[in-house]
Amino acid sequence: MQPLVELENVSKSFTLHLRGGLRLPVVSGASLVAHPGECVVLGGPSGAGKSSLLRMIHGNYRCDAGRILVRDGAEPVDIATAEPRRILALRRGVMGHVSQFLRVIPRIGALEVVAAAGREAGLEAGAARDQAAALLARLNLPERLWHLPPATFSGGEQQRVNIARGFIAHRPVLLLDEPTASLDARNRTVVVELIAAKQAAGAAVIGIFHDQDVREAVATRVVDVTRFAAQAA
Amino acid sequence: MTPLLSARGLTKLYPGGRGCREVSLELDAGEVLAVVGESGSGKSTLLSLLATELAADAGRIDYRLRDGTVRDLLVLGEAERRLLLRTDWGFIRQDATQGLRMAVSAGGNVGERLMAVGARHYGNIREAARDWLERVEIAPARMDDSPRGFSGGMRQRLQIARNLVTQPRLVLMDEPTSGLDVSVQARLLDLIRGLVAELGLAVVIVTHDLAVARLLSHRILVMKDGRVIESGLTDQVLDDPAAPYTQLLVSSVLAA
Amino acid sequence: MTAMSTRGFARLASGAAGTNFGYLDEQTKRMIRRAILKAVAIPGYQVPFASREMPMPYGWGTGGVQVTAAVLGPADVLKVIDQGSDDTTNAVSIRQFFARTSGIATTTSTAAASVIQTRHRIPEHRLKEGQVLVYQVPIPEPLRFLEPRETETRRMHALSEYGLMHVKLYEDIARHGHIATTYAYPVQVAGRYVMDPSPTPKFDNPKMDDCPALQLFGAGRERRIYAVPPYTRVRSLEFEDHPFTVQRFDRPCALCGAADTYLDEVVTDDRGGRIFVCSDTDHCEERRAAGHRGEAA
Repeated sequence: MQPLVELENVSKSFTLHLRGGLRLPVVSGASLVAHPGECVVLGGPSGAGKSSLLRMIHGNYRCDAGRILVRDGAEPVDIATAEPRRILALRRGVMGHVSQFLRVIPRIGALEVVAAAGREAGLEAGAARDQAAALLARLNLPERLWHLPPATFSGGEQQRVNIARGFIAHRPVLLLDEPTASLDARNRTVVVELIAAKQAAGAAVIGIFHDQDVREAVATRVVDVTRFAAQAA
Repeated sequence: MTPLLSARGLTKLYPGGRGCREVSLELDAGEVLAVVGESGSGKSTLLSLLATELAADAGRIDYRLRDGTVRDLLVLGEAERRLLLRTDWGFIRQDATQGLRMAVSAGGNVGERLMAVGARHYGNIREAARDWLERVEIAPARMDDSPRGFSGGMRQRLQIARNLVTQPRLVLMDEPTSGLDVSVQARLLDLIRGLVAELGLAVVIVTHDLAVARLLSHRILVMKDGRVIESGLTDQVLDDPAAPYTQLLVSSVLAA
Repeated sequence: MTAMSTRGFARLASGAAGTNFGYLDEQTKRMIRRAILKAVAIPGYQVPFASREMPMPYGWGTGGVQVTAAVLGPADVLKVIDQGSDDTTNAVSIRQFFARTSGIATTTSTAAASVIQTRHRIPEHRLKEGQVLVYQVPIPEPLRFLEPRETETRRMHALSEYGLMHVKLYEDIARHGHIATTYAYPVQVAGRYVMDPSPTPKFDNPKMDDCPALQLFGAGRERRIYAVPPYTRVRSLEFEDHPFTVQRFDRPCALCGAADTYLDEVVTDDRGGRIFVCSDTDHCEERRAAGHRGEAA
């Protein structure tokens, strides 16, 4: 089976021009693959570059060297060199990303925030709304909050809106950056079920999970990122 | 497919060296491009050049017309160019008094573009104006009021309605939210975001506010001393800035 | 243009005998005639000209007076009206001015006049070939109301961008429920230039259309001359659902009984008594002389 995501010898460092050009290495020579149905968990201590690696796959961070191939249908696209428009198209149709933080526009209610993400991924308006409602219900977000802008929500409530946004559409690649960080046990279980459902539907999931129990529940494979740790130049 | 808008080598220099040097950019339908930089970086000059309000020293601006033909705006005849600007293009200005006719009612401001392209049925013009005022959240009851009595946010929304009534494909925006209260800004950004997505508009937005760029744009150009020093995916440039100046710009705001 | 080859043009081409005939020197008159010829050639287009100081203040019709001075010949018979009347101070002084500076004949009869200078009216009596109607114009630019920049209004004229004129009419309807512009109602001349017919009531607009006389417009302060050659199409702007209409009066002239003329309200006593009478005094008098009578006569 062809991998959906394939990293080959990927390296990244930050150059801080405001600090006299200080170079901060992040990862070096990182390689990994994720096949359909897999959940690859990135392991290693905090600061090992797990989150940066996820962001590089998403195109949020640049890649200095190596290739990051994401399969769009039959075509592998190298995120490291792709045009911005190509990356945006991949984000719409191929790869979803759930971060720890919800960044939304004021004034828009939670349900609409989630439904909009569905429409953006190609769902028809009615279906997007229905699925948004179903997801928020499943994540136990009280219905009285659905029409309020999430900016005023608690961390856990915001995170559930964020998860619903990431899971509403079926995209073959799902990048999860500590999606369960601020959730209680009941909602963590829901997220585990949602991930399992995506895997069963053939998605490749790459994620970072702080909680041991979640990690054990979802991981088909753990890749220790410390082995890609870059040496300071 | 050729891009909707393609500017190449746009240059306009003022005595003293300010202006805009060899800027090139491309824009597709539905794409929002933010141009950021501090004042004096040349971003407003670039916008005036794109709007053909300023004559370029060098360069060309190719635009794909509705019939698919691509024309260089800088050599297009004036009548054709002006018609294009007030039908297929929009321009939302920072100072609403420059973008509106302050002596004309809100409805008249929206109807003007329709009348400019030959609409001669008062009832239909009024209906279209009413519809657009509602879409930008201006109560129909205010339709016959002068924009002089409107708040800053309302004036900007009226500018948007006035520009969008002819269903343009490209809209230029010059700091559309600056000078407004934060809550008013949020509402306006939200409205612009919704309309851009709904209508599939191509937008070039000049802003010094990185949060505005992040919220609205897909791609970003960072300008300094008249040149583009960095460009790319908006979130990539803002979260992983490469150029020293972009790093300074990003680190200078609290949270973008 | 065959209709033009009558006295109107002959007068433009010939020039007058005396050095100070009509007050202006011959060189100035030739300059103004060149502007007039250009204006006639491009109907409705505002031609700049080097307006001269006249021995009367701006607002008293210096533009009209210069045009009249440039077209008058010794054989001409001049009529001057102000708001339709031959007897106002303004009309009388302009008539006397030309009688004194050129020695030409003057008249109050529309039919007898060869040149008629007017402020605010077109005579009720249908004008005929060979006559010249000279309008005194305060503000020649119809677009100025909404676009104060002259560089821009010139460009708009050049490119026939006249949407803004309809914005003005739109504003009228929005505010008043109908097109409330009753004076200086914009017209399009020969399907091309939009023109301000000077502050004549819109009642007179239809008279400009297909008119056998030459119509010349002079704006002194603004230094512009424009023209409508004889038998030119002059259309008042309108909306499909708000067509152009002229004022209607709900009673006939109290003096002559005419029901198809433009009426002025006249206060008759200090107890609020008022009657409506023809604004065109010459027309009214002619009708009465012919035996027509209104309710107050």
